[in-house]
Amino acid sequence: MTTSTTLDASAVAPRRSAARARWLAVLRTPVGAGAGLLLALVLLLALVAPLLWSGEADRIDTSDVLQGASAEHWVGTDALGRDVFARVLVATRLSIGLALAATSIAVVLGLLLGCAPLLLGRRGGRLVTAGVNIAVAFPGLLLALFFAVVFGVGMTGAVLAIGFAGAPAFARLSQTLAAGIADRDFVSAARIAGVGRFRVLVRHVLPNIGEPLVVNATIGAGGALLAFAGLSFLGLGVQAPSYDWGRLLQDGLSGIYIHPVAALAPGVAIVVAGLAFNLFGEAVAKGIGLTTALGGGFAPGRALRREETRRRAAAADQTPPATDPGPEPGRPVLDVQDLSVTFPGAAGPVRPVRGVSFRIGRGEAVGVVGESGSGKSLTALAIARLVEQPGEVTAGRLRFQGADLLSGGDRTHRRLLGTSFAMVFQDPMTSFNPTRRIGRQLAEVAQEHQGMSRRAALARAVDRLRSVRVPAAERRAHQYPHEFSGGMRQRAMIGMGLMGEPSLIVADEPTTALDVTVQRQVLDLLAAVRAEDDVALLLISHDVAVVGQVCERVLVMYAGRVVEDLPADRLRTGARHPYTRALVAAVPDMDVDLDQPLPVIPGRPVDPAHQPPGCAYAPRCPLASARCTDEDPALADDGTGWRVACWHAGEVAADRDVPGAAPVALALGERA
Amino acid sequence: MTSTTGVHPATGAGRRGAGVLDGPWARFAVRRGGQLVVSMWVLVTASFLMIHLIPGDPVRSALGPTAPASLVAARRESLGLDDPLWLQYLHFLGGLFSGDLGTSLTSRLPVSQVISQRLPATVQLALLAFVVALALAVPLGVLMGVLTRGGRRRGGELAFSSTSVVLGAIPEFLLGVGLVYLFGVQWGLLPVAGRGGPESYVLPVLSLSLGPAAALARIMRVEMVSVLQADYLRTARAKRLPRRRIYLRDALPNALTSTITLGGLLLTALVAGTVLVENVFAWPGLGSTIASSILLKDYPVVQGIVLVYGAGVLLVNLTVDVVLALLDPRSAIRES
Repeated sequence: MTTSTTLDASAVAPRRSAARARWLAVLRTPVGAGAGLLLALVLLLALVAPLLWSGEADRIDTSDVLQGASAEHWVGTDALGRDVFARVLVATRLSIGLALAATSIAVVLGLLLGCAPLLLGRRGGRLVTAGVNIAVAFPGLLLALFFAVVFGVGMTGAVLAIGFAGAPAFARLSQTLAAGIADRDFVSAARIAGVGRFRVLVRHVLPNIGEPLVVNATIGAGGALLAFAGLSFLGLGVQAPSYDWGRLLQDGLSGIYIHPVAALAPGVAIVVAGLAFNLFGEAVAKGIGLTTALGGGFAPGRALRREETRRRAAAADQTPPATDPGPEPGRPVLDVQDLSVTFPGAAGPVRPVRGVSFRIGRGEAVGVVGESGSGKSLTALAIARLVEQPGEVTAGRLRFQGADLLSGGDRTHRRLLGTSFAMVFQDPMTSFNPTRRIGRQLAEVAQEHQGMSRRAALARAVDRLRSVRVPAAERRAHQYPHEFSGGMRQRAMIGMGLMGEPSLIVADEPTTALDVTVQRQVLDLLAAVRAEDDVALLLISHDVAVVGQVCERVLVMYAGRVVEDLPADRLRTGARHPYTRALVAAVPDMDVDLDQPLPVIPGRPVDPAHQPPGCAYAPRCPLASARCTDEDPALADDGTGWRVACWHAGEVAADRDVPGAAPVALALGERA
Repeated sequence: MTSTTGVHPATGAGRRGAGVLDGPWARFAVRRGGQLVVSMWVLVTASFLMIHLIPGDPVRSALGPTAPASLVAARRESLGLDDPLWLQYLHFLGGLFSGDLGTSLTSRLPVSQVISQRLPATVQLALLAFVVALALAVPLGVLMGVLTRGGRRRGGELAFSSTSVVLGAIPEFLLGVGLVYLFGVQWGLLPVAGRGGPESYVLPVLSLSLGPAAALARIMRVEMVSVLQADYLRTARAKRLPRRRIYLRDALPNALTSTITLGGLLLTALVAGTVLVENVFAWPGLGSTIASSILLKDYPVVQGIVLVYGAGVLLVNLTVDVVLALLDPRSAIRES
């Protein structure tokens, strides 16, 4: 019944004052304050109740036996006419005291066992650890019964029994905590300096595991209280004429038909006191683990916050300048106009994608580049209708193969999207379900959307795995994802997209999580699939070089908007947006002078919650003028067929410093 | 604490065909079997030593200070307590293998007979409580997980969490007393003592299963919420499968693996909880027998029942590990 909460070792700072501040912070949370108050009341009652109500609790009155509730006796009297309410109150001291005594035994024994590995050295330590591991597997009550037999029936026996029964859990806890500390540098340093094992334990380890141990002891005391009530209830704990809550409960239960309250009152007392210890311990554990989260919760003033919310909302509502969806390439596979994604934020709605418009023609390969946080991936998810609540997708037009994806719910386009729209995600290690065989994960697409039988679908899955060059596809289909390497998984993921007859593959950073040598193979595979079936590709990447090689057209995104749309072969030389140029310049190549610092884009990307009113890139832009900080330029076709959103498109920067932007090194080697 | 080992996929089950008995599975079986044997040995030895750890003469304390010395000596003789410890240990082990657990000091019946009479009632109670706890917790946890995913319905989440915290914190015997009061005393709907028709099972099973069910449902919800945010769930949605299929086929098994790991502890506690619940409901099982035998100092019976309960716990642990390995094959190759 003991819950143990292991804390992150790094949270256990040696600083005393910090610890005190954390405990105080816990008392300021509603749960912490409530539980703390309850616990204080219980402890206070344990101190004063026997002094105040002992007389009443022990006064025998045979003329007033087994009476129900009355003004004189709030919950009636017992078989000897004693006041049950007073007895429950008085029993607080014994119940709590015994629980605390048992907990202390458990903690001390547990600490001894848990730190034994540090003192005994390798072999002896392993033996103790193994013993603790076996003991921990048995429930506390069973251990308590075992020890109750050994130590004998009665109060002392029960305290020892519950203490011993609780020891393995605390041993396990202190073992884990101590092992975390013993690996730290300052402990190693002390060891190397010749400090003895015992001294290391006392000076370095114990002070650092004290706090989590105390927290768990608090929770453990609640468990000990319940266990004690259980033993006393079985008649193995406190013996008459002494009484604790468990004993009162046992007496009450035998007369429950005549006088039910006498059984319920001690029961309620046990639950309330147990909860007080438990909740307080849990609240402190949570508080200590999440110190920073607590600090962030205190907002300045409500009025201030409301004002800020209003302003943010207004900013988010500002319709971005109208954008031209660009050239019309025949009948587009994908037609996106004015796509936005909005999330509710702590201070009003946040819009990480703001009015994105583009088209993709049949068989066309379009790349999307930009720094992390520019909204690339979210744009892909929005197109695929995979943005989950609370995110909200709006668009002027979102058509895939002519079908309006904005109309209808989840079910409407299920079949179309399931067979014609393939997704390849960034991290192949986490994108497959670890509990299911690869083959089945592919096959279910055909089963669901093409009405194939289980067997036919699996055959198709094997065939598709073969087509993406997974060797020994038949055998591989029966394996689990963890038996695949990263590159193989990404192939399988592409194969999954090919289960239907896709006309569009959206690949979101498909090679970022892969080895450089494997990246090439996966990109080649995508290119081959495209060429074979005239499939369009939307390739999202932070890697300008990759996009330049695979794609025909490139969309450059910044702060949730497309800022430039240009042919891939013009990326290096013909870019007109200063951001595109900066991106290209930041890619090192063989000609880079290694004596010079690598070029970086100064400043940092815009936080979507704090969009500036004008061009989002202006604070980092060498060309920025007053107009740029006031007005957001629209993405417009300037006659060449390519689109750019910049007031100074194509201008060359005079060598000047960027106002207010700290030169934060922000190379493009991002890895999500 | 655990680390995934370097059992490389290609060298494992894969190369020789995905048989169940070779590669990682064989290693899992050997390791887990070894663990079981060691734990079993520790259990047997501990229950053997129990009687010897008791301070003073257990027979004297069982028979009371007024019992004639000749009777005490005779009993010691029949229990073999005068033999050297190692010989007693060998006798004990030998007896175990032949199903002989000794003789009750009070009823003079063989302990094995006492146990076989009482065991079915306890096993029935525990199994039913298991099933009810899982049948309540899993659907409820999944449903709440789906409803409160990604921070939806905060009010509902709070109500569910606080109810399940409180319900999970009430020990089974107190819950039993409460149920007796409501269904027996107040409404007179259900029998509150003894084992008879199906209706006599309702209250004991409920008081044993409600607490673990509440705690399990809470874990299940949290796990479900976190699994629903996993990358592979996004993949499943990208396949445009029906929602229900995604929840049941993709999310549930993954949420279950973590739930079962934590839930295993709750289920072993449930086994031990029968001791208290049987005493509340005068249930004629092992639990009520062990409590009365401890009070009567009938040590051979206590020894035998401790063994049975311990073995039951080990069995639950083993079942949990095997189910885990079947649900999530990675857990089988993880060293513990």
